[in-house]
Amino acid sequence: MPDWKQEVDVMIDAGKISVPYSWTVGTTLSRFYCELRDNGKIWANRCPECGNVFVPPKVKCINCYQDLNDWLELPGTGTVETFTVVRYQEPTLHPRPAPFVYGIIKMDGADTGLLHFIDEIEPEKVKVGMRVEAVLEDERDGNILDIKYFRPVK
Amino acid sequence: MEKVAIIGVGQTKYERNKPETFAELVFEATSKALEDAGISKDDVDNVVSVSSDFWDGRTISSMAISDASNAYGKDITTVEGDGTFGALYGMMRILSGSFGVTLVCAHHKGTESNIKGITNCAFDPLVERKLGIDAISSAALQARRYMNRYGVSEEQLALVSVKNHGNAMRNPLALLPMDITVADVMGSRKVADPLKLLDCSPVTDGACTLVLAAERPAKKLCTNKKRVWLRGVGHCSDAYRLGDRDLSDTRALKDAARRAYAMAGINDPRADVDLAEVYDAFSYMELMWLEGLGFCGDGEAGEQMERGIFNFDGELPVNPSGGRLSAHPVQVAGLQAMAECVLQLRGEAGDRQLNTPETALVHGINGMCGQSHCVWILGK
Repeated sequence: MPDWKQEVDVMIDAGKISVPYSWTVGTTLSRFYCELRDNGKIWANRCPECGNVFVPPKVKCINCYQDLNDWLELPGTGTVETFTVVRYQEPTLHPRPAPFVYGIIKMDGADTGLLHFIDEIEPEKVKVGMRVEAVLEDERDGNILDIKYFRPVK
Repeated sequence: MEKVAIIGVGQTKYERNKPETFAELVFEATSKALEDAGISKDDVDNVVSVSSDFWDGRTISSMAISDASNAYGKDITTVEGDGTFGALYGMMRILSGSFGVTLVCAHHKGTESNIKGITNCAFDPLVERKLGIDAISSAALQARRYMNRYGVSEEQLALVSVKNHGNAMRNPLALLPMDITVADVMGSRKVADPLKLLDCSPVTDGACTLVLAAERPAKKLCTNKKRVWLRGVGHCSDAYRLGDRDLSDTRALKDAARRAYAMAGINDPRADVDLAEVYDAFSYMELMWLEGLGFCGDGEAGEQMERGIFNFDGELPVNPSGGRLSAHPVQVAGLQAMAECVLQLRGEAGDRQLNTPETALVHGINGMCGQSHCVWILGK
């Protein structure tokens, strides 16, 4: 390496990219979020070919590539398939301070898992296989955070 | 089918906070690759860049490295994924008959941005992204699911970290060579249970370039010693949404591996492969991927790791470079792994040279929790 490269005072230029987006939620997820916001219900959709039930609902069955026009309401309960206790703070990303628990919850009546928070329990006491239920926000805006978190079924 | 060879490799040292811009890193890796192949810039026909606009903070970031990658006055295209997929596209370009000698270069400056913010943006903004999930916390969910399904212990995960950081002590390019114990890994800071700091790969800067050529130009441009042949490749992807997959399932990798083995004529991977570079972004991943690659049965890799099968001096050395746990320039990683195998097959791997390997396997992933896999078989 030439000498001047070792001697140069390398500068850092701090920057930030801020670009607004307006993502359309689409017909399928809009229906899901409207039911959640307006009626406090968690809806799923089912593949006419393989019968798999998806929550959040999907536009197409991942297996059969079929349209999913068959809608059903879920009871809002499920089983913890896996979880993690997040220990690091990331205030611009995390809606809540660490430590907190993410779980993938296999929802009753569906064949897929739903990612969400698990709360009202000490993080160290969360277990795989634990039965949980959805707790909804009182004031809902029509997005995934209308589900506040899942808590152990009492 | 026409054969394609890797005839040159070039890498920067993998470090934190490298003082060069990403274009300067590409220039360094590419110059080294041309020198390694013993060819001039005029022998190169086109360039495949592997990069991500989000990581670079620049739209169409390959345009910004066209001169640094030797694409000025030529053609440059981009693969936004792991380097293994960039090499796949490079080979496809050559096999199409429309392109000559092809450079595949990848660059990454992880220390310039925020891995959590960028990987959070890989998730659906309409669903999971709002929850703040990222590459680390989603990996932790996968680790727990895998451990729970097969009864794998945190200590078995830790063995991967001990092995790979130890291997890195023989690799002058690695970022984190470390002589550590299982107790060190177990005692390291908890990040997202069950993952601790030493289960996670480090944020890394670096670049790597490969030179690909079809059989005729390969034989014309360089000596036999430099030529390493692409003998097989397979690739497959799983569902995007984490909840649509069983995160402990390696079906996509199994499919990718099956295709690569079929193309390379490998019937018994455990016996026929002499070394493997496997995508260990996190310790548990190496165990899962070793099973998906068919080196052992599902749930067996932890026990085999305990027996030292995958150690540097074991029956099947895995990640002799130190792996991604010792240097993880995202997207560069697959090319870095291919470069390592090229050096091993040529007998140019220095202190970490294995005993005359003839067949090497490289594995790359794309997407969260290994949504997509690419498997390469390289041979002399």
